Formats: sequence, C-alpha cells, structure tokens
Amino acid sequence: MGFFAFAWSILPDLLHATRMTLWITSGSIVLGFLVGIFLALGRVYGPRPIRWLTGGYIQFFRGTPLLVQLLVVYYGLPPYLASLGIQISPLAAAIIGLGLNSAAYQAEYFRGAVQSIQSGQMMAARSVGLSRVRAIRYVILPQALRLVIPSWSNELIYSIKYSSLAYFVSLTELTFVGKKIALHTARTFETYVVVAAIYLVIVLIVSRLLWMLEQRARIPGLGVPTEHR
Amino acid sequence: MSTIWQSLELLVTKGLPTTVLLTLGLLGAGLALGFPIAFLQVYGYRPFRWLCRGYEQLFRGIPALVLILIFHSGLARSFGILLPAFTSALIALGLRSSAYQSQIFRGAIQSVPQGQMMAARALGMSKLQAIRSIILPQALRLSIPPWTNEFSSVLKDTSLASAIGVLELTKQGTLIFTRIQFVKGVNYILVILILVALVYLVLTYMGNAGLALLERRLRIPGFEMKGKVER
Amino acid sequence: MNEQHPSRSDGAILRVEGLHKSYGDNHVLRGVSMQMRRGETVVVIGPSGTGKSTLLRCINQLSVPDRGRVWLGDREITCKKQNINCLRAEIGFVFQNFNLFTHLTALANVRIGPMKVKGLKKAAATELAMDELARVGLSDKADAYPAELSGGQQQRVSIARALAMSPQLMLFDEPTSALDPELIGEVLDVMVSLAKEGMTMLVVSHEMGFARSVSDSIIFMEGGVILEQGPPEEFFTAPKEERTRVFLSKITELYGE
Repeated sequence: MGFFAFAWSILPDLLHATRMTLWITSGSIVLGFLVGIFLALGRVYGPRPIRWLTGGYIQFFRGTPLLVQLLVVYYGLPPYLASLGIQISPLAAAIIGLGLNSAAYQAEYFRGAVQSIQSGQMMAARSVGLSRVRAIRYVILPQALRLVIPSWSNELIYSIKYSSLAYFVSLTELTFVGKKIALHTARTFETYVVVAAIYLVIVLIVSRLLWMLEQRARIPGLGVPTEHR
Repeated sequence: MSTIWQSLELLVTKGLPTTVLLTLGLLGAGLALGFPIAFLQVYGYRPFRWLCRGYEQLFRGIPALVLILIFHSGLARSFGILLPAFTSALIALGLRSSAYQSQIFRGAIQSVPQGQMMAARALGMSKLQAIRSIILPQALRLSIPPWTNEFSSVLKDTSLASAIGVLELTKQGTLIFTRIQFVKGVNYILVILILVALVYLVLTYMGNAGLALLERRLRIPGFEMKGKVER
Repeated sequence: MNEQHPSRSDGAILRVEGLHKSYGDNHVLRGVSMQMRRGETVVVIGPSGTGKSTLLRCINQLSVPDRGRVWLGDREITCKKQNINCLRAEIGFVFQNFNLFTHLTALANVRIGPMKVKGLKKAAATELAMDELARVGLSDKADAYPAELSGGQQQRVSIARALAMSPQLMLFDEPTSALDPELIGEVLDVMVSLAKEGMTMLVVSHEMGFARSVSDSIIFMEGGVILEQGPPEEFFTAPKEERTRVFLSKITELYGE
C-alpha cells in the first residue's frame, strides 16, 4: 500500500480522535479563560493578599511543565478526591490540567492588556460617575479584550498542540490513537506524519479564523496592527 | 521524611543532569540553526525566505510530542534507524526550538529601525559590515527577553522526552512514585510530583535570573527591553 | 544655467546630470542637473514632496536613480564599477532624524566610521572622534548614549560622525526639521561655522535665514525639477519665476522674515 492509500485508510479513525482533541482544547481554553480573567483582575485590582496569591499561582503554573501538572491532576489528586467521593475521568483530568495551566498564561495576557490601557480611561470613567467595578466592566474590559486577541490567538493555537499531552493519561485523542494505529500497522513513521499533518491543518485553519475575528473586532486607534503567524 | 529525602536525592542525581543537559543542548542546537535561518529570512533571496518561512510554520505547527514520536519510534520502526532516546529528543525538540528562535531573531533584526542601516551605509560601510557592527549588536540585545521565554519553554518541554523513555526529571519522578505510591497512609504520588515541580521551578528561576543579569549588564539607555509574555 | 559637457571636469566637486527617480507611479525626480564647486554652500528649497530629499539620497546612492549620472570630482558615482562604499565614505550625510547608532555612545558613534571603513586603530580613531566632538561643542557628552541627548545634541553628534570621515562634500537632509524650535539654533551655528571653514555643503532646508546669510547659491525645486537657481540676494529680491515668488511669499507668511 502506498503512502496515500495508507493515509486514506487510517484517516477515519484519526478524524474521529480529532474530535476528542477539539473537545479537550475547547474545554481547557474556556476553563482557562474564566479562571484567567479573575486571576488577572485579582492581580491588577485586588488587595495585597489576593495579588500575592494570584501571582504565586501564575508563577507556579508558568514555571513547571504542563506534563507534571497533568500528572498531579490525574495521579496525585484522585486519592484525596476519592476520599471525598469524587471520581475523575481522564477527560476531566485533561481539561482541568490543561485549563488551569492555560489560565495562568491567559491571566498574564489579560493583565498586560489591562495595564496597557491608559490610566486616563479609568479616571474618565470615574469622572462620569461609574463605580470602580462598573468602570472595569464597561470601559476597561471591552478595550482589554480587544487588545488581547492576538496573544489569546497564540494561546488557542498552543492549546491545540498541547492537547496532545492527554496522550499521557491514555485519553483517545489524536496522538494517542496515532500511537495505537502505529502499533497495529507497524507503519509508525507514516502514521505520525498523518497525525502531524492533521494538527498542522487545524492550526492553520484556526489561525485564519482568528485573524478574521481580529479584523472584525478592530476599532480605529485601539492597539497596533500585529503581524499574524 | 527519609523517603522524601531519598526521592529528592534520586531526582537530583539521576534525572536533573539529563534535564539540564537536554535543555542546554536544545538551546544550543536551536540557536545554531535558528540564527542563520532568521538571517536568511531577512536578508536572503526570495525563494530562501519562503523556504525558511515554511520551515518555521512546519515545526511550530506540529505538537512537540508528535515530533518526538516521529523522530524516535517513527524512524526506528519504519526505517530501522534506531537512535538513542536522548538523541531523538535532541533532534526533534532542537528543530522545533530552532523554528521558535529564528522567529525571535527575525523579529529582533526587523525591529531595528531602517535609518540605522541607512546611516551605516552612508558612512561607507558595506552591507555586511553594517549588519555586523550596527544591526546585530542591537538585534541581539532586543532578543534577550523573548529568548528568556524560549529558555523557559524549552526547559519545560524536555519533560515530554519521558514519552520515549529518556530518564529525565519527570520520568524519574514517575518511576519513583510507581514504586512507592503509598507508605503508611502518605500519598507519595503527590509528594513526589510536587518535588519534581519544585526542581523545575528552581531551574526556571535560576535560568531567568542568569539571563536577567546578562540583560542588565548589556543594558543601554534607549533600549526598551521589556519582556513580553509568550510561551 | 550654462550647459556642461559630461566629460569635461572644470573643478566642479559635484556634478549631477539628468537625474530621474520614480517610486512606483510617483515620478519624484524628473531630470535634475546641477553642479557645485569646492567650498560652496548650496541650499535647496521648495515645497514638500518635490524630491529634495530624494535628490540627496540619489547623490550618494542611498536611493539608486533610474536614469542620470553623478560625479564626485572626476569619478562617476553612478558607474557600476565604482566601489560605492569608498565614495560614500567621502560624502558626509546628515539625516533629518539623526539616525545615531542607538547602541553606541556619542564617542563610539563618531569613531565607528574611521575604524570600520578606514581601518584606523582604536586609539587614533578615538583621538580623531574627540576632536570632532569638540568641533561641535560636545566634548563633555562623549560617553552619553543617544537616548540621553537632546535632539539638537544628537544632530550635532551626527554632524561630527560625518565630519570624522573627512568628507569632500556634506549633504544635509532637512537637519533641523525634527527639532524643537529652541534647539534649531545650536545646529545652525555648527553648520554656519562649517561653511565658513570652507566645507562644501549641499543643504535641503526650510531655514530661510540660513539660506540668505550663508549660502552661495539657492536652488528652488518643484515637481521634481530645478525651477530656478541663483545667488541669495538675487533669489530673494528678484526671483525670476512666478512659482518661486509664490513659494517665497508663503514661506514669509508662515515663518516671518
């Protein structure tokens, strides 16, 4: 069987596994977004103890490998959770591990964006009588979220690629299924090349979509045009 | 308590050296390959630029883990090229880092204002001279902060080499906890993973501190060298 | 203007003949010819976007002209066989926005040309550079980086940088346009003393006072060609061209006398 015939024959299984990859990615990016935005706000506007705590969280998750964090969630925590009567599935472990990691990075992106908004904006918002919280909600965040799109796009691309780490917790995502097929067919190199190609295509499509999103969300004068990769 | 000390000793003596060696090797390989690629991308002929661009896209778009599997199991089982696991990891992650590093250097070279090259040429310098004594010294300074980020992600990605059995920190950690797991009701899985994480944290801190020191020593007024958050 | 035969060199230090340059559809230079004698100061004026800066850049080939020829003395700059770097070393260029090398101190900025292009030893180059810095009145700023200097000081360093190559000809591309008004004087002072020392200078500038008092000749450019050239007294009191008159009256309105 030639390469293309072989690639065609394993494609259905791989595409099926790709769905799992996309589930992990979307789950972790959403979790990371929700946690990340609170981390960022806590880090910028919170009282000192909150700033320290959120800072410590971010430092820890950015300073250690994602794989180690994933192993903690999958192997380290379940004994404790079991004593509380909580079971954790491989999918949940992957989403929580990747999501908590992503939160630390997303928090840093948000913080950078929030801090790059001129202090005059906050002052102007307070001067028209908005409370601090409402000023953040109606003036700072809408600007910050637009500014953050380019780095957030990078984060999403990163999440797609690093969803492959779910391989280590035996989740049937793209890389893990690739390994299974490689073992069955003994055409390891070809299998992994097809796997790599699928990741590449997803990454290219998502980059393109995000670029279009960025164009649509653009407001004249806010932020500088960024080269997209 | 003694179990913890023994585990830590095992991690530091049989795991840490491989992690450090692999990290240094990857940064070196990535630099040796990434720098010329960046150079060709900015100053090279058009076909070269496309080629380098494609190279960058390719190695940045494929997950590190998949690259490692391709260069180890893939080469071994499909072509009978049986590389030591360490070598496979070095090649796979090194190619990947070179793509990221070339992007860093390209950005730095391109962020040196055009007027600098023009002023150098106006003095009578050749293009090569201008690149060497005007553009590169500025570009290299500008690339320290993003390069610090690259160091940190390369260090963390070495943990993926555990997938093909390279006995580095993470692999050593899993080996230890599969052996002892629970002793007298203590959950050693978590304890050992936290030890592993702490060793990585210390490495990250030391590397970042060293590079920050380098950045300070090379600091020149007028160079804004604020690190951007990247991964 | 009297026509010159290309092959005849009669002591002109700079000769420009039939220079054309386009950027895309924009035909910036449409046949510019001029010449300068050694020690002359010529000021080029005219509305913005008429190719004054392009003319300077085409003279030392920072922009390559589409057509036309340029000679420095009896060597043709536009000749493909000429080593352009050697010729550029003999032509000083002062940029509108200084373009000092950001990573080098004032001293190192002035020193790098003589060292890298002329191969001077560091000690000799340092001595030379200190002399040039003294000439522009900045000996005390030798160790400052560009970011630590005011605009006027940066421009004076950049003049010193050009002077350190002992150029036969200096080109000034709107040297005071990027400066705050109170800093213009210090740069013009340096240029005036250079002119008095007999440096050959081709200056693109809107500084009419400088043009009137220092220049030997004034060139008025518009639409990519030289419309009029003459000594300042004649030029300012009795311009021949209607367009020149209009331009001069606008300038007087804007900047006063």
